[in-house]
Amino acid sequence: MLIKKYQSLREADVTDYPLYKRRREFIQAGLALTGAALLPGIANAAASSLTARLPGVSQSDKYQLDDPNSWEDITTYNNFYEFGTGKRDPSKNAHTLRPKPWSVTVEGEVNKPGVYQMEDIMKWNSLEERIYRFRCVEAWSMVVPWVGFSLADMLKRFEPRSNAKYVEFYTLVDKKQMPGQRRSVLDWPYVEGLRIDEAIHPLSMMVVGLYGRELPNQNGAPLRLIVPWKYGFKNIKSIVKIRFTDKKPHNTWAVLAPREYGFYANVNPQVDHPRWSQARERLIGQSTLFSSKQRTLMYNGYGDEVAHLYAGMNLRKNF
Amino acid sequence: MHFTKVTVFSICLLPFTWMVWQAMNQLLGSNPVEELLYQSGGWALRFVLIVLAVSPLRKLTGWTTLLRFRRMLGLFAFFYASSHFLVYFLLDLGMDFSFVIEDIIKRPYITIGFTALVLLIPLALTSTKGMMRRMGRNWKKLHKLVYLIGILGVVHYLWLVKADLLEPLIYAAILLTLFAIRWFDIKIPLVTFKKKSCTGQPGVSVVSDETA
Repeated sequence: MLIKKYQSLREADVTDYPLYKRRREFIQAGLALTGAALLPGIANAAASSLTARLPGVSQSDKYQLDDPNSWEDITTYNNFYEFGTGKRDPSKNAHTLRPKPWSVTVEGEVNKPGVYQMEDIMKWNSLEERIYRFRCVEAWSMVVPWVGFSLADMLKRFEPRSNAKYVEFYTLVDKKQMPGQRRSVLDWPYVEGLRIDEAIHPLSMMVVGLYGRELPNQNGAPLRLIVPWKYGFKNIKSIVKIRFTDKKPHNTWAVLAPREYGFYANVNPQVDHPRWSQARERLIGQSTLFSSKQRTLMYNGYGDEVAHLYAGMNLRKNF
Repeated sequence: MHFTKVTVFSICLLPFTWMVWQAMNQLLGSNPVEELLYQSGGWALRFVLIVLAVSPLRKLTGWTTLLRFRRMLGLFAFFYASSHFLVYFLLDLGMDFSFVIEDIIKRPYITIGFTALVLLIPLALTSTKGMMRRMGRNWKKLHKLVYLIGILGVVHYLWLVKADLLEPLIYAAILLTLFAIRWFDIKIPLVTFKKKSCTGQPGVSVVSDETA
């Protein structure tokens, strides 16, 4: 186990310092605890190989956080039901997804609808790394160094019309590439949506990478949404269609369980999920079993930037 | 007999040993507390179902030796349910009493799971031969609670799942099958041997015959 880890560490350590650091800590903790180096036959979590480096990624000045989660955590603990409902399923099953070639269909209330190739989309904007908090509706969280660009910069290219009040996103449907879709656990395709002012907020991001590398399939390759003040399920993955509309979109989880998941899904420690508390969260990747949960922050800590979007709204009703 | 009991005991302890091993070697994945909750809860439910399966299996196969392990299997159900609760209380909630009370009151699936654990306590306490003799008929009545515990366990699991009900529904199906075997008293020819082989174990036969 550790021999394997050490090899992947060497591959990465020159270029990805945070990754290197986390792996060092992980290995040291493992050694200190048990001397597990003597037991090479036992594999750790599902294997998570590194993807290719993305050229020309700059660091965001504004969005930096200490101690991002390890590559291992971010790529082996995923909710991506298109590849199975277990947390480790996506990392095991997502190899069937073919993120290249890829295209995105744009339709609805825009002046420039059409089918856009992913390789062209990649040329529109320079890539930036932003480290955001990520809070799942299941009350766990991570800190993730995403690579991508502002959603607003992408959307304005399509020239939305004035009656484009919402924007809707669709995930790929393909039972061959996404074996989890053979069972109708959710109503495929996965659909998510944002109000247009949320979508063009500078925090909203189109993500194409992770840790300076191409986005792994299990994290939503090649193109996914990240809206860091909302619960994880808003951050739709492997997007194939963007639609501008004047009607509020029906997002997948809200359709499945309207009492439990809303359209807004803003992180809010005061409004509990009907079945569990949202007041605290388990930060993934802590070194001991005895680490306690941490308090969940209003709007996941981005309240200064986004609270005005919801001024005067009843957040209990619009959960 | 002694050797067989030690063997069965060791097998029943394997899941626990495996959990401790995984925890010590950081093999529980990115969310170890969630993984331990899942594994311990799964084994608690499986042992409740195994206990409920003993009597139907005896009826179907006529293999009465099975009954001798029922007490041990039941105590293992209690053991795994307690481990499940302890992981939740010590590791997930960080021993915070206010959180556990809030959860038990406000979250129905936790209320139900906790009820199942509480109901297991009197069954564990009265599992000795002495208690069986002293309680007589009441012992049987009390121990019928295990049916209810099985239902509560399955509902607890069904209620906490987000969208994929497959696994809890499999447990529900097993539970319903076991109930059906009891209620409709499904018999196969082998059963004719049962009276013969049930003699000579007074302590156990009190429980064994028609209790369940």
